[in-house]
Amino acid sequence: MASGGGGMSIVGDGYAYLTTWENWAGARGIFGSNPDGSLRFNRDSIIALTLEHLWMSFAAVGIAALIALPLGIYLGHVRRGASITVAISNVSRAMPTLALLTLFAASAIGFGNRAVIIAAAIFAFPPILQNAFTGMAGVDPDIRDAALGQGMTRFQIATRVELPLAVPLIAAGLRTSAVQTVATVPLAALVAGGGLGVIINTGLATQRFGEVVAGGVLVAALSLGIDLALGRLQRSVTPVPLRALAAAA
Amino acid sequence: MAAPPNPWFSLQYLQRNWHEVVDQLLVHTTVTLEAVAIALVIAFPLAILARRIPRLARPILGVSGVLYTVPSFALFALLAPYTGIGRTTVLIGLVMYALLVLVRNILVGLQGVDADVVDAARGLGYSPMELLLRVEVPNALPSIVAGLRLATVSTVALVTVGVVVGYGGLGQLMFRGLQSNYRAQIATSSLLCLLLALVLDLIIVAAARWAMPWRRGAVA
Repeated sequence: MASGGGGMSIVGDGYAYLTTWENWAGARGIFGSNPDGSLRFNRDSIIALTLEHLWMSFAAVGIAALIALPLGIYLGHVRRGASITVAISNVSRAMPTLALLTLFAASAIGFGNRAVIIAAAIFAFPPILQNAFTGMAGVDPDIRDAALGQGMTRFQIATRVELPLAVPLIAAGLRTSAVQTVATVPLAALVAGGGLGVIINTGLATQRFGEVVAGGVLVAALSLGIDLALGRLQRSVTPVPLRALAAAA
Repeated sequence: MAAPPNPWFSLQYLQRNWHEVVDQLLVHTTVTLEAVAIALVIAFPLAILARRIPRLARPILGVSGVLYTVPSFALFALLAPYTGIGRTTVLIGLVMYALLVLVRNILVGLQGVDADVVDAARGLGYSPMELLLRVEVPNALPSIVAGLRLATVSTVALVTVGVVVGYGGLGQLMFRGLQSNYRAQIATSSLLCLLLALVLDLIIVAAARWAMPWRRGAVA
């Protein structure tokens, strides 16, 4: 328990942890190698854990986007499956991340980053699908009619008319999904995975609450930073006339 | 040596651990309801304040938006040294997350009330309090209910992260099941979590139908 240290010394310990260069660089450098020769992130280095965190998040969102984007764009174009996309996002909201993580870790997938990336990808899926669908399906029918009247094929309408108009919502979906994934990955530490959650988990296990606070600050800062950065990116890919619309969505 | 059977579902697990499962289900349910209730009590005045003084709307939504971005795992970890290991920490975290959803939905609901309706009520001599309770809130109810459903369902899922501070309800069973490689324990507690979210959601929908007889034909 924290009663021995008191609030100030916990913050002081956390500050000391964050301002010690060795904790950032690690005692044995940022990268090591596994027994099988593959690259490994050293778990005693904040830099390595941050990189691992970002890599896992990127992998999860990438896998999810690879399936959700084409699917959402297609379903939105043909305007079918609205209830299915809503149902998927509702179920995923009720499903605890920890449930999927522990289910996967106890299955043939096993402990470690692979279980985390698959679980995170499943949670990254619904916002991308939903937004791609809404973006495509929400295009003004008059605009579609006009394109049809000009002699465009269905494929041309989808790629040259609907898709550009759907970009703001698609970008918003990717941002939501990425921010949520960066916030989910810390749970990896509970199933022997990597990323910044390791600092919190180790701190809790060894009762070094300064490290717990430091880990919490790092995770929070990374999440807020990613949200801010992707917010800028989202804005920059949104055509100026559509910005007010995207902000309202 | 052949591995002992480790089924995902087993009645034996439920029979042997009935009391523990029921206990954690109760913990999970009560901490969820308590968190949502507290969040609702805090969210109402905040949303009404933001509605009455539009200049406050941006900072109130902004601050709760930033709080929402902080991962639950980090938030529990940041609170733990001060509020200790256990219920209080989890409760504070859950209230904070439910708060944003509720404030936003109540505010959107209140802002969406037809200005003509408000004018008519004023003309009929409604006091500001009467106006709020008998005109604005009933009109904003669909949006408030939507927020309540979202907050409740996500809180049920979020409770499990409480394992970080040793108070995760059904999450506690998931985590121990993982440590002891007991698949039935993980699958049972995961399923119960989904069921709890579904049941609470259905209760809210039923209550909303009862409270809004004028909307019974519409989709909730």
